[in-house]
Order: sequence, then structure tokens, then C-alpha cells
Amino acid sequence: MRLKLKLATTAAMALGLTASVAMAEDVEVLHWWTAGGEAAALNVLKEDLAGKDIGWNDMPVAGGGGEAAMTALRARVTSGNPPTAVQMLGFDILDWVEQGDVLADLNEAATAENWDAVIPAAIQKFSKPNGNWIAAPVNVHSTNWVWANKAVLDELGIAQPTNWDEFIAALQTVKDAGKVALAHGGQPWQEATIFDSAVLASGGPEFYQKSMIDLDPEALNSPEMVAAFDKMGQLRGFVDDNFSGRDWNLASAMVINGEAAFQIMGDWAKGEFLRAEKVPGTDFLCFRVPGTEGVVTFNSDQFVMFKQDSPEAQAAQIEMAKAAESPAFQAAFNQVKGSVPARTDVSDEGFDDCAKQGMKDLAAAAEGGTLLGSMGHGHANPAAVKNAMYDVITAHFNGEYDSATAAEELANAVEGAM
Amino acid sequence: MAGSTRAPQDMRTTLQNWLPKLVLSPSLAAMLVFVYGFIVYTIYLSFTDSKMLPSYDLVGFENYARLFGLSAWTTALINLAIFASLYIVICIAIGLLLAIFLDQKIRGEGMLRPIYLYPMALSFIVTGTAWKWLLDPGIGLENTMHLWGWESFKFGWIKDRDYAIYTLVIAAVWQSSGFVMAMFLAGLRGIDNEMLKAAQIDGASNWNLYRRIVIPLLRPAFLSAFVILAHLAIKSYDLVIALTGGGPGRATELPATFMYSYTFTRNQMGVGAASAVIMLMGIAAIMVPYVYAELKEQK
Amino acid sequence: MSGGAQDQAVRTGRITRTFIYVVLIFFALFYLLPFFIMLINSIKPLPEITGGNMMSLPNEPTVEPWISAWGSAQIGVEATGLKPYFMNSILMVVPAVAISTILGAMNGYILTKWKFRGSDILFGLMLFSCFIPFQIVLIPMARVLGTIGLAGTTSGLILVHVVYGIGFSTLYFRNYYAAFPTELVRAAMMDGAGFFRIFWRIMLPVSGPIAVVCIIWQFTNIWNDFLFGASFADLDSMPMTVALNNLVNSSTGVKAYNVDFAGAILAALPTLLVYIVAGRYFVRGLMAGSVKG
Repeated sequence: MRLKLKLATTAAMALGLTASVAMAEDVEVLHWWTAGGEAAALNVLKEDLAGKDIGWNDMPVAGGGGEAAMTALRARVTSGNPPTAVQMLGFDILDWVEQGDVLADLNEAATAENWDAVIPAAIQKFSKPNGNWIAAPVNVHSTNWVWANKAVLDELGIAQPTNWDEFIAALQTVKDAGKVALAHGGQPWQEATIFDSAVLASGGPEFYQKSMIDLDPEALNSPEMVAAFDKMGQLRGFVDDNFSGRDWNLASAMVINGEAAFQIMGDWAKGEFLRAEKVPGTDFLCFRVPGTEGVVTFNSDQFVMFKQDSPEAQAAQIEMAKAAESPAFQAAFNQVKGSVPARTDVSDEGFDDCAKQGMKDLAAAAEGGTLLGSMGHGHANPAAVKNAMYDVITAHFNGEYDSATAAEELANAVEGAM
Repeated sequence: MAGSTRAPQDMRTTLQNWLPKLVLSPSLAAMLVFVYGFIVYTIYLSFTDSKMLPSYDLVGFENYARLFGLSAWTTALINLAIFASLYIVICIAIGLLLAIFLDQKIRGEGMLRPIYLYPMALSFIVTGTAWKWLLDPGIGLENTMHLWGWESFKFGWIKDRDYAIYTLVIAAVWQSSGFVMAMFLAGLRGIDNEMLKAAQIDGASNWNLYRRIVIPLLRPAFLSAFVILAHLAIKSYDLVIALTGGGPGRATELPATFMYSYTFTRNQMGVGAASAVIMLMGIAAIMVPYVYAELKEQK
Repeated sequence: MSGGAQDQAVRTGRITRTFIYVVLIFFALFYLLPFFIMLINSIKPLPEITGGNMMSLPNEPTVEPWISAWGSAQIGVEATGLKPYFMNSILMVVPAVAISTILGAMNGYILTKWKFRGSDILFGLMLFSCFIPFQIVLIPMARVLGTIGLAGTTSGLILVHVVYGIGFSTLYFRNYYAAFPTELVRAAMMDGAGFFRIFWRIMLPVSGPIAVVCIIWQFTNIWNDFLFGASFADLDSMPMTVALNNLVNSSTGVKAYNVDFAGAILAALPTLLVYIVAGRYFVRGLMAGSVKG
């Protein structure tokens, strides 16, 4: 009896083992949502697929906002073993499109679920680059947000600023009161995040489009760009001395603890506030960077699908794409992640006030053509250009260039990187 | 040559003569493919227009021209020179000092030795955050000293573009100076005590004893330490990523981080390969004389 | 403990000795500092960290972060903690260390006792191979692993680590064996002992000290590797360092520093243990020959 049982267990184990290796209906997913809430949020998708008998082979690689994952991806593709789906951002997707025939075709799922109508065109630029859907956008983060400690503002009698000058005045008031006005971490991507807003605030959406997206050399080295760098210089004056190298989480913590008043950061910062049990509207405020209202600079995480050989794997891939775009998943995932759904037709029920605002802004911006890819997060121009821009922005922020030189260097750097 | 013998040419001897080469061949083959083959491949890539994935269209010396036109590359080379020379010199100095001190019949040597050695066991993926905090003036050492009442204490190097590179040296020295200590300690323990006694009878002071006799006898340990440290310095990558991420600005970029970022995050694999080739040439320039000396001395 | 039974040639006065102790203890504190920070912060509740002094001792110590890091922290979509990855690392490190050490010993033996024309040049080539920056081999290595069907497997990782470990292990054993009297080997040859027999009977029994050095070195390097693990591993073979990095480095997620520190110490425990347990043999092993040119 006991032996029989043992045999049965062994057999079951052996079966289980082969099943997990050989079962064709598995998806393998490379991503960098590796820790805490965002990883838990991804589990929603995993469970959903499990309900359809599709296994999930997780392949998380964190580090440098996906840089380590992109290196791993290159190794995987080179070794002829591409994952089913890869979390990817903006121009990285387009770079892979150029590599020839490595991506899958999701048109079947897209047509069935009518993605064309519900996903903003600015995002389709990445998910449907040559008229074919190759990626399933999961969320939209927007980067031109200010996070503020309400208690600090109330104490100092500061109202929510509505334009750039008011914002600067508010920062000055905080600084005069002996607090850190702007919590910031000196890492290139954080400076570039602020720069997105500085460009918008000085030249408006058309100028942003021309300089950051179309990379027009004249726009890059223009009085508006000098003004944008001047705005960076203004903000630099409100940052504390120890900003260099600080993680954004710690900068957020400064606002949460009331050491600092404001932080300019994408909407993922909200997670830190919510976890500290702060309530939007009562404990902290979220509003668009003054001078950029009406515009949304976004970055969107997408699952890019790589071509699979077997029909079973292809079927599983299509199922995964459909599941990722289902309104239920988009709502569940984004409520945890702090971003907003990539589909504009998802109900805002269950989202917090900041997210509700974000969803409204997104829909309006998509409608009005002011939904613009964030340069700081690789949605405005290719990686080589983005990093060349980072170099100049960071150098200027650290006092190496004055604003006029920085604008000139920006144009040169972009030209050099093309 | 020391070991080879000429024995009668029977079957067994022939086999015995071939066996060593046979046993060596897998390692050799692996090395030829995975080291030298890949080096040749990298050299080839450095002459192509490879961007995100390897491409095989030749573009001549264009990548090299671009490489040396980039100010970040010059910075990386200068940084490596500063970092490597300070790192090697300080590690050797501290290692030697600790080894000599520890060799004075110290009580608790068994306790101290592992404390000195353990940092070598940890990668900067493990200790990176702790170091970053420690060096950060806002939360680290400076802040702690202020809280303890030493108000004028200043230690903000990591935030200063001119000094940040030295914080890398501190952390790197922390990691490997204990290891160097062990190498010197081993060397010291290998020295014949009678010889030292004889010298002392001749009236040599402790200082002269070490300067004239002991340190020259440690020459092999110096060489080994130099090679291991040079190799660690050139490969330093985790350290930079963990501590400064190359910042402030790009003030602490090293060739290894430069190469990685151009190859993998900036999608300019050609330029990245060119920088790798320059690095390899630098390594060869240091290593070939060492290897040569090493082999010559054996004879 | 020191210098065998002979009494020390160098004598030191009381003041000098005090000075020596002060210096030694100062450096001990310097070496311990980062670890101390990791340790105390790993047993603090999170608010104490974000709101308090990094160096202060915990007010309400807790083992919660350790339990979470080991068994329940989110790593990827699974809330498994670091536990499953520990085994992956062991399965990769043990064979890789064993194979590279054995190969190194054989190579060292051949390059010193069975020299042939060109063997010195071969050694030079091997030595140089220690210095290759790993970043440049990623792409070609990926292609090779894919071609031979080892992409994403533990065997593939073992292969990579063995290949890039041979250089150092050969260096250690060669320098050690070079100091071993060749006459003994020659005498054994005269007695008719063959290649393997000499290695087995004469070289291996005296190789203990250097084997310890080589094993410590390889174990530490392979255990701590991140680059190869991140690029060439699958979920089933993902090593501890990659998992740790996933735990610590979430890009836009909230950070639990106490769990991060606990995880970091957990990931470092095996190498720490190896250094502390084998540390005493380490100096002995270095002493026995590896530092002699």
C-alpha cells in the first residue's frame, strides 16, 4: 500500500515535472516588476491565465529601470530562446521592431477586442508601429505630477499654485521657512523627469513635440530651450545639498515626513504616500506641474510579444495579450500600481482621487492631441538620443553648463547621437 | 625545461607524452573559443555599425573616432587612472601595515583576521545600499557625527563631482585590503625567523629590519597583490553602479561602466566594442610584462 | 598561531604594542561598519529607518524582515522570498567550483611537471584570460549557449563559470606546484608511475592548502556573480544574487529597506561562512605557495 502510494506520488511528480517543462501552453514573461506591490499586481494576470490553463513562467530581472532586463533580453534573443512576452518601454519597442522578424502579430486579438478604438493614438505609436499590433499596453504613467505635503502648505499658508511663477513663489516661501522646498534625487532619469515639465512649461506642447519628439535642431537650441534650462536652474535652487544620488523613494519620504514640501515625480510616487497611510486631498496633494496643465507626458509599460514557433505557444500568447487588455485586469493592476489603464474606457470606480484625475486628464489629452511621450522615460526619442540628453541635463543641473551653453550642447549631443 | 624527460620510445611512453597534452586540451579549447575567440569577435564588432544587436557591415575606424570624441570616455580613462593607482597603492599599504602588525604575536589574531577578510566575501550588490547610506551626508556618517555632537564634521565627497571618485576608492579599499593583508601575512610567515634574528644580532633596528630584509623578501607577494588588484580595478563595475551609478553627472564613470552603457543601454554596440578593445589593449600593456617576468623567473 | 614555535625576532615595547592594538582595532571597526549598518537596520521596523538615525540601535527589534526576506517577500510574481533561489545557487556553485578546481589542479600539474614546448606560452595565455571583462562576452556567449542548447539552464551557467574560472585556478595551482620539488616527480617516473598515478599519489596529497585558497576564491566569485546569472538563467536556474537584486531594485515600487538588508545578509551568508570557517586555512594556503612567484 505504502509502496503504491509512493509510486503514485513519484509518477505524479514526474508528470508534473514534464508538464511544467513541456507544456506548450505556458507563457514566459520577462519583466522588472520584481518587488512589493507591483509584482503582486502582476499576479492578477498570472491567476487570470491560470484560469485558462495557461502556465506562467516568471522571468524577473530588476535593475536600472529595466536596463538589466533589456540586457537579459538581448542575450535571450541571441541564444534563440526569446521569452513569450517582455515588459518594455517606448522606443525600446521600436528598436526591436527594426530588428526584423522577431516580434509576434497580435492583430487577431486586437481586432477581436477593438483595441484601435480604446487605446490612445499616442500609445498606438509604440504598440502598433507598422500597422500591426505587436504589443499589449498595460498601463499609462504620467510624469508631470507634483506631490505636495498638505500640512506643510497649510502651515505656511500656501495655496495650490496654478502657474509656474506661483509655483516658484511657493517654493521660495517654503525655503524661507527653513524647510526643503523641492525633494529631489540627483539621478539622471529623475532630472530628466523634471526636464519634461520644464520644457512644457516654457514652450507648451507644440514646442515639446518639436524639440523632444521631432528633434528639430532649431527648437533644441532656441530661446524657449534656454528658458527651459533656466527653469531647471530655478528648481535647482530649491533642492537641498544632499540630493545627488538619492533614490526617489527617499525623496518621497521627505515629503511624506514633512521635511520637504514638493516633489516632481511620476504617479508611481503615489504608492509611497498610500503605503504611509496618507490620504489624497487631506494629507497630500497631487496636481499637474504648474504650467503644464492640459498636457500629459506619459510612459506606458507594454508587453511586447516575441514570435513563438509552436501554434500552442502562439495561442497562449494571444490569450495573454487579451487578458492583459481586459478592462478587469487593467483596473485591478493599475489600482495597485498607481498608474492608470491604457484603455480609456475603463470605469474609474475603485480608483483613488489622484488616479481618477489622471484618468480624466489622459482621456482629455488623448482627445486633444496633447498626450505626449515622456523624454525622461524613453517615450519621446530613441535610447541613444535620450541618454545624450540625460548627459546634458544632468551636467547643467550639476552646474557644469549655463543655460545657453546647455541648449547648444543639447542640440550638439542629439546630432551626435543620431 | 625542468620536467620533461626523454625515455625509451615504447608505446607506453608515447602515451605518457601525449596524455598531459590531452588532459590540457579541453581547457585550452575552451579558452581559445571563449576568451580569444570572443576577443577577436569584439574586435570585429568594433569595426561594424552594430547598434542594438551585432551587425556585420564594416565602417572602418568610425567607432574609434567617435569614442575618442566623447568627453565621457576621456573622463572614464582619467577616472580609471586615478582610481586604479590609489586603490592599488592604498590597498598594498594598508595590507602590509596590518600584516606586519598582526604578525607581532597579537592576542586575538584569530578574531581580527576574519574581520579583515570578510569584505572580500561580499559583493557590492549586497553591501551597496549600506555604503550609499554611509557615505550620504544627509543620513550617513556626517549626519551621525552631527547627532553625536561633532557639528563641524564634513564628509560629503560622494555628492561632489571632484571628490566622488575617492569615495569609490574608499569602498574598494574596504573590500580588498584585508585580502591583501592575508597575502602579505602569508609571505611574512614564510620568512625564516633565524635570518631575522641574525640580522638583529648585527644591530639592525626594527625599522631597518623590515625595510632592508623583510620587505624585499616579500617581492612575490607584492607582485601577486598587484596583479589581483589591477584585475579587480579594471573590472570594477558593481562598485560604481551600487555607489554612484556613475554620478554626480557622469563624474565617476569608469571604462567598464562606459562599455556596458554604450553596448547595452545606449544601443551603440559598435562604440561599446571599440571601448572594450581599448580596455583590452590597456590590460595587455600591463599584463604582458608581468606574465613575461613571471615566466622568465621560473627558469 | 604565529611563526611556528620559534620566538619572534622582532621585539616591541609597550608603547609600540599599544599603538599597534589601536591601529588594528581601528581597522577592525572600519571593516565592520557597513555590515553593522546592514545588521541593525535589518531588525528595525520600517518607520524607524525612514524616520530615524541610520546608526542608532533599534528601539523595537523585530525579526519580521528576516522572515519576510527568506520566505514571503515578493520576488517577481511569486511571493516566495529568497528561499527557492538559494538552492539554485548551490546547484550552480558546487559543480562549477569542483570542476574548475579539478581542471586547475590538472593544468597546474601539467604546466609545471610535464612541460612541453610552448607550455609556458599557453600558461601566459591562460593568465591573460583572467582579465577579460565579462561584459564583452555576453552576446557571443549567448549565441554559443543557444547553439549548444544550454541557454537558460544551470548546466549552461556552470559551463560559463568554469570557463572563466580556469584561468585563476590554473594560476593558483601552477604557482603552488612550481615550488614542489620536481625531483620527487622524476623519481616516481623512474619507478614507472604514470601521469595520473603521480598526480593522485604525489601531488594531490600535498594540495590541500592551495585547494582551499582556490575553492574560496572560486566559490566567492561564482556565488557573487550577477551579470551571467541575469543574462543566462531561467526561472528554474536563477541564482540568489539575481533574486536579491530583484528584491532590492524594484524601480518604481515602494522600498522596504529592512527587508532589503535582511535579504542581502541572507544572500551573503554562504560566502561569509566560507570565509570565516576556512579563513584560517586561507592564510595557511597562501603561505604554502601561492604568493611565491
